[in-house]
Amino acid sequence: MKKLIAATFVGLAALFMGPAGTAGASELMSANVDISNQNALQRGARLFADNCMGCHSTKYERYNRVGKGIGLTEEHMEEHFIFVTDEEGEPVNVGSLMEIAMEEDYAEEAFGVAPPDLTLTARIHGEDWLYTFLKSFYRDESRPLGANNTVFSNVGMPHALWHKQGWQELVEDDDGNERLELVEGGSMSPSEYDRAVRDIVTYLSYLGEPVKLERQRIGVFVMIFLAFFTLLAYFLKKEYWKDVH
Amino acid sequence: MANQGVNRGRRRFLVAATSVVGGAGVAAVAAPMLASLQPSARAQAAGAPVEVDLREIDEGQRISVEWRGQPIWVVRRTEEMLEGLSKITDRLRDPDSEVEDQQPPYAQNEHRSIDPEFLVVVGICTHLGCSPSYRPEIGDPEMGSAWQGGWLCGCHGSRFDMAGRVYANMPAATNLVVPPYKYLTDDVILVGEDDEEGGTV
Amino acid sequence: MASNPDEKIQGGFLGWVDARFPLSQMWNDHLAKYYAPKNFNFWYFFGSLALLVLVIQIVTGIVLTMFYKPDAELAFASVEYIMRDVEWGWLIRYMHSTGASMFFVVVYLHMFRALLYGSYKKPRELIWIFGMLIYVVLMAEAFAGYLLPWGQMSYWGAQVIVNLFQTIPYIGPELVTWIRGDFLLSDATLNRFFALHVVALPLVLILLVAAHIIALHEVGSNNPDGVEIKANKDENGIPKDGIPFHPYYTVKDIVGVGVFLIVFFAIVFFAPEGGGYFLKPDNFIPSDPLVTPELIPPVWYFTSMYSVLRSVPDPFLGVVAMGAAVVILFVIPWLDRNPVKSMRYRSFAAKFNLAVFVIAFVILGWLGLQQATTAVSDMSLRFSQVYFLFFFLLWFLSRERSAWFSILAFLVLVAIYTFYDVARFDADDAALIMWGWLIPTVYLFVTMVAPVFARGLGRDRPVPQRVTS
Repeated sequence: MKKLIAATFVGLAALFMGPAGTAGASELMSANVDISNQNALQRGARLFADNCMGCHSTKYERYNRVGKGIGLTEEHMEEHFIFVTDEEGEPVNVGSLMEIAMEEDYAEEAFGVAPPDLTLTARIHGEDWLYTFLKSFYRDESRPLGANNTVFSNVGMPHALWHKQGWQELVEDDDGNERLELVEGGSMSPSEYDRAVRDIVTYLSYLGEPVKLERQRIGVFVMIFLAFFTLLAYFLKKEYWKDVH
Repeated sequence: MANQGVNRGRRRFLVAATSVVGGAGVAAVAAPMLASLQPSARAQAAGAPVEVDLREIDEGQRISVEWRGQPIWVVRRTEEMLEGLSKITDRLRDPDSEVEDQQPPYAQNEHRSIDPEFLVVVGICTHLGCSPSYRPEIGDPEMGSAWQGGWLCGCHGSRFDMAGRVYANMPAATNLVVPPYKYLTDDVILVGEDDEEGGTV
Repeated sequence: MASNPDEKIQGGFLGWVDARFPLSQMWNDHLAKYYAPKNFNFWYFFGSLALLVLVIQIVTGIVLTMFYKPDAELAFASVEYIMRDVEWGWLIRYMHSTGASMFFVVVYLHMFRALLYGSYKKPRELIWIFGMLIYVVLMAEAFAGYLLPWGQMSYWGAQVIVNLFQTIPYIGPELVTWIRGDFLLSDATLNRFFALHVVALPLVLILLVAAHIIALHEVGSNNPDGVEIKANKDENGIPKDGIPFHPYYTVKDIVGVGVFLIVFFAIVFFAPEGGGYFLKPDNFIPSDPLVTPELIPPVWYFTSMYSVLRSVPDPFLGVVAMGAAVVILFVIPWLDRNPVKSMRYRSFAAKFNLAVFVIAFVILGWLGLQQATTAVSDMSLRFSQVYFLFFFLLWFLSRERSAWFSILAFLVLVAIYTFYDVARFDADDAALIMWGWLIPTVYLFVTMVAPVFARGLGRDRPVPQRVTS
């Protein structure tokens, strides 16, 4: 019987090792982000606001809550993040959802597909994928916007950070393996660019689940409480079961 | 089942301890469930303060703006209306606005406002939440010759004067609520937010 | 005035209530004087835990219903609204999504317990039937609930499952349109699934749970020894091996609740996505009728049945097979006629049979999550064969079979699926088919043929008169 039980659990454990690795997962670079790093979050948020929010909304989250979460004041959020106006032409309230002004029809015409909302992108693709994606644009004149991507082939998005990274090209080395090579520098050195991308991914990771750190912090207390409760209940059970022979 | 030799004290203690800790656990789970029913971040964003430009209001006119989904009345009172306030104090239930929750400290005066000329109140009857109708005419025949202007609640007949003070022996027991507000400039007020120490003109 | 004799027995408020409502009687019948066998083990926690999860789901579900919008335009955003804007909304939603998966974990373990100790056998057949109905309604409930977030997985998962009905001859297409209430999965579908998920199915579920417990308390609980404790009563008519459910099993179950909640909240607070099994990444993409995700596996608790479906090359027969995989569970009490309830005293062959069934079920579940490659399809077929053969063996092992019958039955069964293998033989997959053939064959050999030569393997052991502690 013991063996049977053991076998059951071994089977269940194997199942819970996680779903089978998605194809190509091994090729992704490690993003290695730390969402408790408020400086990285703030830098990432600024980079995101300046370079991404023209096309990508993050419409499930609000300016003021992002500000609170990453340690920026409401005034700062109003000044640097709100580009959208209401019907009267006034900047929207800091409690508004982070929408974009671009019309979906226009976007579809320009890029083929409307740029997706990015609030949940880190939960969809994972941090490593985003990090690798942002580092894997290369020049490809055959594409309408002159750029392609090795982890997302024929992506509709242009290389929005080209002025920072510069341009990469897909080259074949002696063994016939394809790799990316920087052929034209941008305003950032490769290591600066890596940090910038990591900051953006850190911010997107935070945005995917703003409550994550708080959730884990509360979880510790819940675990301690439940352990204590279970211990008490165990003693209670022991005490009563002295009757049973 | 042998019940001899049972340590009753220990048993009672363990039952009590487990019950208390378990009860605390249930309460700890119930608290977030109940807290979730409070206004969400969306409701709070929708309840942001609103600005009112006082220059747009004529003498004796009442305008209505929305704050947190409630009608907020702003009235530019005439000289006669202000004079009328002191004539009827003996008919009022709380002429000196002694019920503190009904207004911020800076509106706890006869005219119940920062600037006597402009009254700012929440336009909801303190009885059961209807919105009273505006009866500004002094001596309105329907309201009696002593009427100095004010509001009549259509639901249950509560009467309020031009400072939102309730008449005595009415269904409503308290004066209309004055919301927090402050002057941004001499002519513009912000309803829904005040400076902690109280407003100034 | 002559007072009611009942009120004399017990005065006060309780007496007043008892004269009008059987409160004390219910307390006694179901708790204080409900005598349960004293030898319950680990496996007996899962009944009360299932009840706990039901309560968690109902309470969190009610709160979620206050914020969720069953509207194709608003549903997805309203879930994110709960996750972000509603105070503690994330906790309530994670408790509900984790609760859904944990419900099935608990129910599967509870069902395994019944198989392990023969809890479905006479006189407990109805308890098993009610339990199976709960399982089926629970699947419907989970399926309807999974559509509500209106993400890509919700949408396409429902699309695939609803379209299963399309394969039914003649009425299929119309039936599917009727279920959806539209010509595609749309707002109308979402709205009716919402109604089913929050009102209709929970109501049925609660009634069935009540029937399950009433039936259990009528006949009394089974136990790990499979001994009827009511056969041995003392002079007061109390079973000698029984102890009052309250306080003994209430205090014991509280310990189980504590351990379960540690696991439950560890998932809620530290791994709410359950490693991608409980919340799938693709479900964070709003539903899009024009874009199908690459891989659309059902949620893990459906995948065993889903594998059975995929193992059959004909669409309609696949649906029939999947339906049969569920329906056949209902008749277990009438297949297994062996008087020995507990696996403790069953033969090696019976133990092996159950172990293989559990392994096959888990493997089928894993296969159901994978892309349907040739190897995956073939393994699905093999383990589906094992899945169904288990039920034959339940009947076969009801008593010791003669040597010639054992071997004849073995040969007939092997011939049936070997014939199918020959018919579908494909030189490209020769190795796969031949190695796979060994899986059911070895299984049948150990359970049917081996006991012919080593009689001990097929022989049940004597059951004691009283429970062992």
